[in-house]
Parts: sequence; C-alpha cells; structure tokens
Amino acid sequence: MEGQKIMPAGEKPARGKNGFRRYFVSDRRAAAGWILLGVWILLAVLVPLLSPYSYSEQNASIQNSLPSLSHWFGTDKFGRDLFARVWYGAGLSLLVGLVSAGLNGCIGVLYGAVSGYAGKTADMILMRIADVVSAIPSMLYVILITLVMGAGAGSIILGLCIAGWIDMARIVRGEILRLKGMDFARAAQMEGISPLRILVRHLLPNAVGPITVNFIFLIPQAIFTEAFLSFLGIGIAAPAASLGTIIQEARSQMMLYPYQMVFPLLVLCVMMAALNMIGTSLEQRNRRRTEV
Amino acid sequence: MLRYTLKRILTGILALFVLACVTFFLVRLMPGSPFQTGSVSEQVVEAVEREYGLDRPLPEQFMTYMGNLLRGDLGVSYEDPGVKVTDIIGRTWRITASLGVPALILAILAGTFFGILRAVSRRRIVRETISAVGMILAGIPGFAVAILLLLLFSVQLRLLPASGLLTPAHYILPVTSLAVYPAAVITRLTGNALEAEMEKDYVLFARAKGLGRKRIIFTHALKNAWRPVLNYIGPASAFLLTGSFVVESIFTIPGIGREFVNSITNRDYTLIMGLTVFMGAVVIGVNLVTDLLGAWLDPAVRRAYQEEAG
Repeated sequence: MEGQKIMPAGEKPARGKNGFRRYFVSDRRAAAGWILLGVWILLAVLVPLLSPYSYSEQNASIQNSLPSLSHWFGTDKFGRDLFARVWYGAGLSLLVGLVSAGLNGCIGVLYGAVSGYAGKTADMILMRIADVVSAIPSMLYVILITLVMGAGAGSIILGLCIAGWIDMARIVRGEILRLKGMDFARAAQMEGISPLRILVRHLLPNAVGPITVNFIFLIPQAIFTEAFLSFLGIGIAAPAASLGTIIQEARSQMMLYPYQMVFPLLVLCVMMAALNMIGTSLEQRNRRRTEV
Repeated sequence: MLRYTLKRILTGILALFVLACVTFFLVRLMPGSPFQTGSVSEQVVEAVEREYGLDRPLPEQFMTYMGNLLRGDLGVSYEDPGVKVTDIIGRTWRITASLGVPALILAILAGTFFGILRAVSRRRIVRETISAVGMILAGIPGFAVAILLLLLFSVQLRLLPASGLLTPAHYILPVTSLAVYPAAVITRLTGNALEAEMEKDYVLFARAKGLGRKRIIFTHALKNAWRPVLNYIGPASAFLLTGSFVVESIFTIPGIGREFVNSITNRDYTLIMGLTVFMGAVVIGVNLVTDLLGAWLDPAVRRAYQEEAG
C-alpha cells in the first residue's frame, strides 16, 4: 500500500501494476530500498508477536550468551533474548519516526501552504517566525521537553514537532508560490473557486513530489534523534526499549560482548540506509521530471 | 546590503531572545526542585531556594534572569555553588572547539573532494561507489560511528588511544567520528550542484573554447557550486555541537557536550540554561555569518539588495 504514495500526481497513464513493475525495474536503488524497508517492517511487527521470548523477560541462567540457534542475537546482561528485544525496539523507533514525521509533515504542509498562498505581509510574518524557531538547534528543544515532561516516546515526539516542520513548510511555500502564478491556478481563480479548494485540489496535488521526498527524509531524522537521546539516557525510559536504549545498555560491556551492540546498530543502519535510498531516488526522479 | 545585514542581525537577536525565554520557562516547569535530594528537610530547601531567589514571583525572576543575561552573567551552578556558569563555559568551549573546528574543516575538504569526484569522474564505478558509500555513511548515527571506530581501532587493533586528549593521536578518532556525517552531506551537496553546473551552457562554451577539464571545474563550475555548501555550514555546526554530546561522553573528553549531559543528569538548572543559551548563540552566530558571507560573495544577491536599498 505504501508503494502507492510514490506514484506522483503528474505521472502519465503508467499506473497500476505495470507502473509498479516499471518503477521497480527502472530504479533498482529504490526497489532495493523498498524491499529492505518492507522486510524490516515485517520483522519489527512479527518478531515481537511470534517470538517465544518477551523483550523484557529476564533469565539469570543465560546471561550474556553468544548468538546461538535458540537466541539468534544472543542474550544481554540480564539474560533477555536480544533478537526479540532488538525487533521490539525497532518497532518503537519506527513508531516514533512515523508519528513525528506525520505530525511534522501535516504542520509543515499546512503552514507552508497558508504562508505561500496568503503572500505579502502574512507570508513575511509567518516566514520570519519560522526563521526564528529554526535558528536554534532542534535537539535542544527536544532535550528541554523531555526534561520537563519526563522521558518517553510522547515527549520526544512533542519535542520534534517544535522545529521539525520548518523544512517542510519552506519547501511547500516555495512550491505554492511557484504554482499559484501558473495558468491553471489563475484560471481556477477566475472561475471563482474558493481559495481553500484551489489550494487543496489544484495546488497541493502538484507539489506532491517534493512533499513526499521531504516526508521520507523526516522519518530517519526523527529516528536519529530518538536513538541519540535514548543513547544519552534521556530518551525512551525502561521497561520500554528502543534501538538507542539497547545500544546504550550494551555500552558498559562493549569490550567483552561487542555483538550486543553490533546487532541493534546494524538493524538501525539498515533502516536508515533503506529510507535514504528511497528518498534519494525519489529526489532524483523529481529533478528529472522538472527538467524535462 | 546594509538593510539585509541589519535584518539578519535583528532576526538573530530575536531568535536568541526567544531561546532564552523558552529555556527559562521550560526549566521552571521542570518537576521537582534542584535542591530536593531526599535527606534534606523542608526548611533547608526553602532557605536555599530563598537564597537563590527561587521563592520570588516568576515575572520578577524572569526580569532578573534577563537582566543578568544582558550583562553576560549566567549565574552560578546549582550543583557546585561557587562555580560560575560562565567559568564552566570558558573552561570547556576551547576543548569542544578544538574538536569541532578540525572536524568541520575535514568534512568540507573531504566532502568537496569526493563531491567533485562523484560529479566529474569518467569511471562509473567511482561515481557509484561514492554515492553508495555516502548514502550508507549518512545513515549511520554519529554515536554509532564513534563506537565502531573505538571498537575497531582502539579495542581490536590497539592502534589509537581511546580516551582523553593528551596527544594529537588522541584527536583522530573523535574528529573523524564527528566529521563523517557532515562530510557525507557535503559530498552529496557538492556533487549535485556541480553536476547541475557541468550541464550548463557556459561550461560547454568553455570546453568549446579549449579550456582544460581541471580549469573548467576549479575556476568556473566550482565557483558556482559552493553556495549549498556554505549554507550547510550553519546546520553542520549545530550538528557538531550536539554530536559533541555523545562523542565527548564516548571518548571521555571534558568538553561542553559532556558538561551538558552531566548537567542534565544532575538537574543543574542554571547550567542547563546557560549551556543551552550559549550553544544556541553559537549556532545563531554561525548561521548569521555564513548567510551574510553568502549574500556578500554572491554578486546576484548583492546587486539585488543594493538596488533595493538605493
């Protein structure tokens, strides 16, 4: 289903099955990205459901055991199965990434669209506000919010929403400014269609390419921030665990049992690489289309 | 130009003011008092709070804080009374800068080099390898890079020291782990911009004129492709500052990042506020300088603003 989003509005008839096949054959990098991401999501959803071990169940008799047939990623210092734990954490990381990217995406599109369409003074004021908010590193907001509201997925998402929407808003504003001067938008205006309808039905669908690219890049950014904070010990609080938390826990004995750190790191990196692959290839497709 | 400069400076100051307000009120909203350690009685906590002026109404505290801030006074550390926040910053910023500035330079040099190579290399394998490696490196969190480098070079191979900053060799791992991500981003930016430039008419003309490839790339195309890199320096400095939180804690380096992480675990409110405002000011400053530099170096932008003013 997620594949559907990548079909841009401007694309000609090649829709449906054939369009998909052509997309996957012509763009191997994107295809690899989507497959990696799909497998990754499947594992993150299925492993916690099907695994005989729970992510938090401790078992003192099998502490720090190396990867084996019964424990694919081995166990940690409390005897918890790392395979189940890593994929549980992966799910949580993905959730934080998706929710905050979704929220930031919505805020950004709304803000940028209003700013670009209103123009003049309103546009200037809105963009200056965005300048001021974005002048400060986003990480500082997130840290302050987690300190106020306590560590947890909720405060991280809220913190990310303070400054995370600005790139999206700028991009959407630029697109709207460009599109609203074009003939079809003028025509719609002259027909007396309400501004809201022009914006939602005529302008935004034409900006869907850049919006999708930016949305895809918002996800790894959010996952990055969450892992970073959890690694510092101010992110996701126990007993919940994200990939960052698991990496942090493995740090105290990384000299002795490096595998405990390498597995969650690998899982995290695969995710990042997959999302980056998809994003970059979409970006290039967009650029090619605008050049033609 | 003057108007643009003034406008940018004003935006910077406003941003700093907003940051100071936000930090102040968020820190006041934090649950618990910094002096409640469990073993201390109510009266003592109240007495200490009175001493620090924490019993006053919020607006009054805010005015005092802002007044002190204007005079460059960030207060004293709650955890370690007697130590001024400005002294802590004065002690630690050099250390962090001694990692961050080389990391930034390394990232720009490496990023530009690989970016040029990616855009103009005639070998497909070189171009593809650079973009693939760049994509993977941009996907690895900074702390992961630091840990992997540490595991590989100091634990497994025992080639480089793992902690502290005693000799130049100590700098290699932290600086590299800070520089990896910005270098990957700069590679992408330079590569994309240069690729676009190389397709333009003036490059074709230069080639028709018989100019050498190197000459075209370095004196013509690169001059027009540096803009995105300059714009990225601001965000990169923000990344390096936040990256120093983990890199300094992994390599046990007594810089601003580690001080900040400690202040968070200790709930040392004045130190948190002071360091946040300081780091925000650094990033705002870098953004301001690169913006002005960009506008000043770009003839098109400069002319537009001159006409606007005149």
